[in-house]
Amino acid sequence: RRLCILKGIYPHEPKHKKKVNKGSTAPRTFYLLKDIKFLLHEPIVNKFREYKVFVRKLRKAYGKSEWSTVERLKDNKPTYKLDHIVKERYPTFIDALRDLDDALSMCFLFSTFPRTGKCHVQTIQLCRRLAVEFLNYVIASRSLRKVFLSIKGIYYQAEVLGQPVTWITPYTFSHDHPTDVDYRVMATFTEFYTTLLGFVNFRLYQSLNLVYPPKIDGQANAELKPVEGKEYAMDSESYLEKLSALSASLARVVAPTHEDEVELDEFPVEGETAEQMDARKKEQETLEKHKKLFEGLRFFLNREVPREPLAFIIRCFGGQVSWDKSLCIGATYEASDRSITHHIIDRPRVERQVVGRYYLQPQWVFDSVNAKMCLPVADYFPGVLLPPHLSPFVTEQEGDYIPPEKLKLLAMQRGENPDQESEEEEEEEEDDNEKEEEEEEEEEDESEKEEEMKLKKMEEQKTQSNKALPVKVTPGKLRLEDKQRLEQEQQSEEKRLAIMMMKKREKYLYKKIMFGKKRKVREANKLAAKRKAHDSALKEEKKKSKKARRA
Amino acid sequence: SLPAWAGCPGSRLPWEAEPSWSSVPSCPLQDIRNTVGNIPMEWYQDFPHIGYNLEGRKIYKPIRNKDELDMFLEKMENPDYWRTVQDKQTGAELKLTEEQLELVQRLQRGMFGDVHFNPYEPAVDFFSHEVLIHPVTNRPAHKRSFIPSLTEKEKVSKLVHAIKMGWIKPRKPKEDTPTYYDLWAHEDPNSILGRHKMHVPAPKLRLPGHEESYNPPPEYLLSKEEELAWQQQEPEERRLSVLPQSYRSLRAVPAFPRFIHERFERCLDLYLCPRQRKMRVNVDPEELIPKLPKPRDLQPFPSSQALVYRDPSSLVRCLSICPSGQWLASGSDDGTVRFWEVCTARCIKTLPVAGVVKSLAWNPNPSICLVAICVEQQVLLVNPGLGDKLLCAATDQLLDSYVAPEEERLQPVQWLLPTPEQHCKGMRLLIQHGKEVKQVTWHGKGDYLASVGCEQSSQQVLIHQSSKRWSQSPFRRSRGLVQCVLFHPSRPHLLVATQRCVRIYNLLKQELTKKLMANCKWVSSMAIHPGGDNIICGSYDSKLAWFDLDLSTRPYQLLRCWAGASQPAHRALAPGPVQIDLLQNPLLVPVKVLKGHTITLDLGVLDVLFHPTQPWVFSSGADGTVRLYT
Repeated sequence: RRLCILKGIYPHEPKHKKKVNKGSTAPRTFYLLKDIKFLLHEPIVNKFREYKVFVRKLRKAYGKSEWSTVERLKDNKPTYKLDHIVKERYPTFIDALRDLDDALSMCFLFSTFPRTGKCHVQTIQLCRRLAVEFLNYVIASRSLRKVFLSIKGIYYQAEVLGQPVTWITPYTFSHDHPTDVDYRVMATFTEFYTTLLGFVNFRLYQSLNLVYPPKIDGQANAELKPVEGKEYAMDSESYLEKLSALSASLARVVAPTHEDEVELDEFPVEGETAEQMDARKKEQETLEKHKKLFEGLRFFLNREVPREPLAFIIRCFGGQVSWDKSLCIGATYEASDRSITHHIIDRPRVERQVVGRYYLQPQWVFDSVNAKMCLPVADYFPGVLLPPHLSPFVTEQEGDYIPPEKLKLLAMQRGENPDQESEEEEEEEEDDNEKEEEEEEEEEDESEKEEEMKLKKMEEQKTQSNKALPVKVTPGKLRLEDKQRLEQEQQSEEKRLAIMMMKKREKYLYKKIMFGKKRKVREANKLAAKRKAHDSALKEEKKKSKKARRA
Repeated sequence: SLPAWAGCPGSRLPWEAEPSWSSVPSCPLQDIRNTVGNIPMEWYQDFPHIGYNLEGRKIYKPIRNKDELDMFLEKMENPDYWRTVQDKQTGAELKLTEEQLELVQRLQRGMFGDVHFNPYEPAVDFFSHEVLIHPVTNRPAHKRSFIPSLTEKEKVSKLVHAIKMGWIKPRKPKEDTPTYYDLWAHEDPNSILGRHKMHVPAPKLRLPGHEESYNPPPEYLLSKEEELAWQQQEPEERRLSVLPQSYRSLRAVPAFPRFIHERFERCLDLYLCPRQRKMRVNVDPEELIPKLPKPRDLQPFPSSQALVYRDPSSLVRCLSICPSGQWLASGSDDGTVRFWEVCTARCIKTLPVAGVVKSLAWNPNPSICLVAICVEQQVLLVNPGLGDKLLCAATDQLLDSYVAPEEERLQPVQWLLPTPEQHCKGMRLLIQHGKEVKQVTWHGKGDYLASVGCEQSSQQVLIHQSSKRWSQSPFRRSRGLVQCVLFHPSRPHLLVATQRCVRIYNLLKQELTKKLMANCKWVSSMAIHPGGDNIICGSYDSKLAWFDLDLSTRPYQLLRCWAGASQPAHRALAPGPVQIDLLQNPLLVPVKVLKGHTITLDLGVLDVLFHPTQPWVFSSGADGTVRLYT
């Protein structure tokens, strides 16, 4: 099993399940014979055998309580390396990047495990180190693109060398370890993933001319050391923590040249029109802009805010961030600093407000990143009912349901400002509504009467037409509509007849596709209806509250 | 206590030694009163003595005459009663001295018996950290400690030798942290193993949608009923993997309890799930619909209801039209045959017959005006007397010109002449069968007609010659229940449809030429193209089988069908007329769905008929109408 996990061998579904399974239909997993033979040639098999022998010897020594033997054996514990397997499974670097999602998620999960039980402490430490290294790389390369606060955890999506890499981190709570999970399987996966992630990190740091293992930039280091170095017991630990504080930039092998953003040479590709070029250029520009989203802004995180994700995100987009000194190492400025522009807070109320900074809820950061622009802050003040947090991973196709918030956002991205207009409109509407409320009732009565009249007329007409001769001249307009409708009917009938003539298999497929489409439409309609009901309920509540206030 | 002892004869009591005995009772040397030793005294319970003295004489027990009263009196009188104990070995009573009392009291208090013993003496730290000038022990060091050990020397020299020879190597420093290097420094895309070309990379996890947000738009939250339904579903069936929930702020979001589960499941998927490349069908559903010729191009065909022939009595079971297309005959359940003029929808003539009209057939020969009607056990040949008078007269003449043959031949049926009454109504001949008849059909020339009985027998199918009034049974034995029979329009073939198949007999050679398998459960009816190459079979399980006689005995095409053209009584949908293009590839194109009949008695359309010359269709229904679509 361990070999299968490490080598990435997966079962296959046989073409004739019954034939392979000797007639029985019991569910079994089938591996290709070729794969199993391939596993047998793996040199690591011998290492595993050695390890097995070692365990046996150790147990024997323990049984005989020969402690010196135990010590000697432990000293000579056989180890193995997975480097060649990584290389074999991912012959190119890009392949490795493509498969990085699971590795990152697993490492982030393991790095949050407690140091006791479940798995080796070294594994946890290694996972933590690698995760922090990766975060630092993302900060240095500013490659974070999307973040999403889900109920499961926080999703991040970064674009590493053109490959989208998505990972999820759990919220920082202690885990309630489930009993029905085989931690050995997870540990085996993690073993492989740590190896992979280590090499990937090395390569990534190399690509950015950063020192690996990462070192904090010299000046920042000097500033930090005298202040906090003493409070922490061990040097190595504090170093890792400082790294994980994510507040300092990293040292580079080559001194950072300020011409980093060299204008990209434009190579006119043949077959590409100018429009496409323009579009690409524009995209590039927006990307650059997105990368510098928080440039020049100074954030301060209050202590109830999850520090690590926020610090990571803000630093990824060029912002400066600090927090309370007692909360974590690496705080660069204090809460009373005058230059702070945004104060992230997650409390219903702020006791002492400092003039000159926005007090915001943390969702603002996430939404701004997803919107690729700094959103208006008014919706995110502490204590305010937050606007819904939308997933940036959803790209709506035609016919899908799009929530109104998303529409608004899209409009804002296009540069329009529908917010004010709509608000004004809403206000106007409200005013109108209030004025009209009293009139409405009368109007309703009137309209009802009118409708009744209309109905009566219609009935009369019908009866007349029935009584009169069938050759009655109908108005031209109606005729036209009839024609169109007739045409439509004819077409639909033709279609129905054609469907009748379809082959059985095709008909099945067609019905399936149509069923899927209809379900989609139905779901979208359902959502829209729900939204409408909700909105109307909200409006009515508002009205009531207003009335109550007036009264 | 003394008087008791005095009264005991033969006992010499050593009173002299008493003081010393009482002071040290445990010492055997000074006072050995009893020589039994340290034994349980109960052993002497039943004896008058309690042991032996030094001389071997018995020591007698004191006479125990002390009862409770004595005890009480002694307790009251004796001031030393509380310090008197009884010696178990001798039975004598002893008075404890002051020292003894004190000892007892000390022991009772848990103190040492010796008054002078001090348990809390100050401890002298003998082996202390301070180096004393004098050694603790005065033993001089052994000689061994001055000379090097030979055995050790031997061991060390062995080790030295091993190190010299390179057998023992210094221990490698342990590396805790794995070292990383540029693994992909020399990427060679050509060296990719063949395995990797076949490798199916694991699909990435689905990215979360709006509903997984911690603060989703309100429409994504489930209502109470939906939530209940969600909880009742199996975890595999749920469309949403998690229940959408909304929290007011980030601070209120709890940990996700199934996070580790999810990662674990992903791990399991990665190494236990079979991977397979599945071709997703990416087709436009519109493309799946076959391209049929436009119905407009196939015109003329009947598209709208033009005339309704109302039969007031009951459902119209069968229809037939005269070859000129001017007259229509319909047979209904109440035992009447009605003749209609097609163009005016007027009932020209009504012919009452004995029972339900099962089948009608107009003679296809335009020069003969004759209708075959099957009623119960008879087949009536009726001259309706419509249209050209000459034609009618000629038909009558033809029938009358029959001359009975000289020798009477054995016939399976009886040919009867009608009574004058019946003759007036137009009946010309009656063919009396032994059993009920359900179908009748004419040969193309108009001389022969075939009838099908209801019950299975060798004489189910009979062929009659109307001019010679002669019938014969073509089959020697029956091969299944015959559903219907048809004459081939051009060749001397007879098509017999049984439940599962259609047989084609050559009547001239008297042999079976072909057997067509219909692939359906119960053939109900059958129709042949005027060209004679294509046959369509309808069945009760609403299928149409279309045979091409030139190609094979299997159906050329099987159509799952609405109420088939040849299948009566299915729905209020009149069938789409079947158009056969005799081009390179014949095509069956449904052209139009004709509606009009209403359902009565669960029956809709009962019979459908084409007009011989015009693109018109007649249909008869259970609602007592015949409708003409033009």
